[in-house]
Amino acid sequence: MTPPRVYKVEAIVLRGSDFGEADRLLTLYTRERGKIRAIAKGACRPGSKLAGHTQVLSYSLMTLARGRNLDIITQAQTIQSFPSLHDDLERLSQGLYLAELVESFTPEESENRALFELLRRSLEHLDRGRDKLVLVLFELRLLKFSGYLPELEKCLKCRCSLTGEIGYFIPSEGGVFCYHCRPPEIKYTALSAPSRKAMDFLLKASFQEVSRLRLTGQQLEEIERATKEHITFILERRPRVRVWLEQLSGSNPFAFTERAEYNRRC
Amino acid sequence: MRPYIVPTSEPLSRLIEELNKLPGIGPKSAQRLAYHLLRASKEEVQALAQAILDVKEKVIFCSQCQNISDTDPCQFCRSAERDKKIICVVEKPLDILALERSGAYKGVYHVLHGLISPLDGVGPEDLKIKELMERLRSGEVSEVIIATNPTVEGEATAMFLHRLISPLGIKVTRLARGLPFGGDLEYADELTLARALEGRQPLEP
Repeated sequence: MTPPRVYKVEAIVLRGSDFGEADRLLTLYTRERGKIRAIAKGACRPGSKLAGHTQVLSYSLMTLARGRNLDIITQAQTIQSFPSLHDDLERLSQGLYLAELVESFTPEESENRALFELLRRSLEHLDRGRDKLVLVLFELRLLKFSGYLPELEKCLKCRCSLTGEIGYFIPSEGGVFCYHCRPPEIKYTALSAPSRKAMDFLLKASFQEVSRLRLTGQQLEEIERATKEHITFILERRPRVRVWLEQLSGSNPFAFTERAEYNRRC
Repeated sequence: MRPYIVPTSEPLSRLIEELNKLPGIGPKSAQRLAYHLLRASKEEVQALAQAILDVKEKVIFCSQCQNISDTDPCQFCRSAERDKKIICVVEKPLDILALERSGAYKGVYHVLHGLISPLDGVGPEDLKIKELMERLRSGEVSEVIIATNPTVEGEATAMFLHRLISPLGIKVTRLARGLPFGGDLEYADELTLARALEGRQPLEP
């Protein structure tokens, strides 16, 4: 069946870049068709009827017309614009981090409604207020939806249940080892039993339940480190916005030397 | 793969190759331009070659505002009629031209040569922010107007600058965001409309 020439999608804009004279090339994550790329004609001109509805991180209803190479956005109407993200540099950057992760983890034209809903709800939650846990919740669920969730409960080698023990997490192996089976001379991240339980909770609980979750500093650090390392391993690079977030939260927002070094390596 | 340039004469194919590297110039356009230059008078070609060389050799950046200029300091930083107490921060030199066309601004400028874009890995150290902060520390400036685009990158840059500048005790303002002239309420997005309402003005009698 040939798809229709004009079609409608609900889309969250993941990325936009200038294209030609006054057009913008957008990467969209759509409910109906997964990640697609499309052109917003004239979106750089003031007074463009598309510009406001096609900004990065806005959630809009769009009508697209099939083009020769790229599809063209003919109409757009914002559904949610997450206004308070635009007044807070940390939350705006966190929103961009979610967008970068979705863009990096998804193939083009592959529908994943659960992931779309996760992105929408996470942005909505960020829009309501600062919450450190949204990022780890998002990371863990993204790993799950894209099939990269590591084994957290059973030792990868002897298959024993870890229950109360510390798990030794190794990203390249895709899970945890028990104390006896952990391979020597490989760097691991220790995940205590309460941290693993919290990760399980973050994967299953509702956003309301999660916002009531209280973690100790050590638990949060363990979970953050494990998910970050796992994501870096899968993508074979550190997410760019992650580097920026670390730079922002650091004491010196100008970390010139560190970033210069990072840019050289990439 | 067959080469797309049929080698008739070496200098000609070299010219076609060089022209082909320019943005928006494909192999066919490059050939057409090369044959045009071949037929043109020597003076014409020399003027073009000289203009290209001059743009690389003579255009410099103003050491104060980082604008593209042929003198240092540039015409705005040098002018006695310009208010040096107000600095308008823009993304690129073309934005200065746009603001100048409005004729409504009498202060000086600072060009960042880009915007913070976390998604593309562009951070503050890739822009002329260090230079701006040095200018501000000299103590003459009373207001910084941030005139970056109302996009995610422009907003991130504005918020970052605000964070850096406000501890210095300098007033930081942002261009108003609202409805464009010739716009249409029906097509305006929620963010713009909300801000246009916030920034509404009484009609003068």
